[in-house]
Amino acid sequence: MSGYGSPAAGVVAQAAPLARQATVWAGSHQAPLLDAARLALARDLQLAFRKRGQLVQPLAFFAMVTMLFPLAISPELARLREIAPGVLWAGALLASLLALEFLFRDDAYDGTLEQYALSGQSLTWLIFAKTAAHWLLTGLPLALMAPLAALSLGVSDAAVPGIVASVAVGSVALSLIGSIGAALTLGIKRSGALLSLLTLPLSLPVLIFGARATQLAISGGPLLAPLELLAALAVLGVTLAPLAAAAAVRISLE
Amino acid sequence: MTWTWFHRLGSPPYVYALAARLTPWFAWPAALLIIGGLWGGLVLAPPDYQQGDGFRIIYVHAPSAWMSLMVYTTMAVAAAVGLIWRIKVAHAVAASCAPIGASFTFAALVTGALWGEPMWGTYWEWDPRLTSELILLFLYLGYMGLRAGLEDTQRADRASAVLAVVGVVNVPIIHYSVTWWNSLHQAPSVMRLAKPTMAASMLVPLLLMLLGFTLFFGAVLLVRLRGEVLNRERSASWIREIVNA
Repeated sequence: MSGYGSPAAGVVAQAAPLARQATVWAGSHQAPLLDAARLALARDLQLAFRKRGQLVQPLAFFAMVTMLFPLAISPELARLREIAPGVLWAGALLASLLALEFLFRDDAYDGTLEQYALSGQSLTWLIFAKTAAHWLLTGLPLALMAPLAALSLGVSDAAVPGIVASVAVGSVALSLIGSIGAALTLGIKRSGALLSLLTLPLSLPVLIFGARATQLAISGGPLLAPLELLAALAVLGVTLAPLAAAAAVRISLE
Repeated sequence: MTWTWFHRLGSPPYVYALAARLTPWFAWPAALLIIGGLWGGLVLAPPDYQQGDGFRIIYVHAPSAWMSLMVYTTMAVAAAVGLIWRIKVAHAVAASCAPIGASFTFAALVTGALWGEPMWGTYWEWDPRLTSELILLFLYLGYMGLRAGLEDTQRADRASAVLAVVGVVNVPIIHYSVTWWNSLHQAPSVMRLAKPTMAASMLVPLLLMLLGFTLFFGAVLLVRLRGEVLNRERSASWIREIVNA
């Protein structure tokens, strides 16, 4: 490891025992599949909590995007309430896109991904665990923060459960779709624009159903149908995205 | 049954020569069909009772839109073949498809906008088909962007192949979600294209154009494929032999 002076190196060193345990277990073929995935998940969470500053960035970004609209359009709550679903979902989509950069980058730099690929464990499961950790660290906080943003746009508090549910379910799909794009762009310098070009078109169905569910939550309508469609997208993502992302990670390591 | 004909398709020199031989067989019929279809569509077919002569742009718009999807599917199938059986020529086919498909998509968007002006009174309407077409253009641009971003040809081939396969799974989902979205938002006052059964004098030129565009795609693909193979194999000895001959 070249950068011992950097704070990131210290963080990696602190979490190293856990990672080493994961690698040892994985290499000896003794750890069952789910144990390896659980260890990978725990390691990612532990590393992330040591770099809390990074966790806050997407949330702060989301708050700022929300703030842009009252400033750019009008401070009238009646008008803001009307555009609230679009604002929330465009903000959530962009924030989750921003957070994708953290998904694989550090692990690609320090060789962890290579170790995962060589470990003999199913790379698909390990990537799925990483994506799950990523959702816990970005999607879930976004879902919990979305009501705050919604209330600031004049939405009544009766809509809060519906908003939390739709962002929580939708962000699962966003994290999974994003994992493919993040894996494909591994190793490309300044990949931010490319990552958004790859990920955004694939995320549009999530945006459509999510915004619709949020809109219905705000107007008090029956939001189960779009919510179920969101859940269907999330299930499809859980089924297929880790396979594609693992294939993409392998390609990037070749 | 022998599979030698199939295995030979994996050999770049063979494909290079085959593509050269096949190109005229696509190009000439394409030219004849397109000329015939245009003559039939622009001159022989009667004006539409509702749209007058404005409908005639369908003879370019519909085949372009059809091709934009067909090329994407071809690209994804070629990419999957390359990914699964590790056939380099298949990746070259996929790489050659992308700019052609993006051009067809762009043509479909431009002709759709031009058609929208007399029909809807505006160049751009968030019509589900136009919107899907716009998203498809972004999918093509993403594919080409990923290719351009990865310098190593082999990695670019395999990574973009994964993207093409993921994209082709998503295209129907995107299309249906956009249709669903539109059915919620679109005001019913917007005039929609009624779809009466087309008169034969209008339909036949359209079918000629469809076939013509498909063959035209085949011809352009073969030409691009030769360029792609030449570029990839530029240090191979068989190319030196061709150049020196």
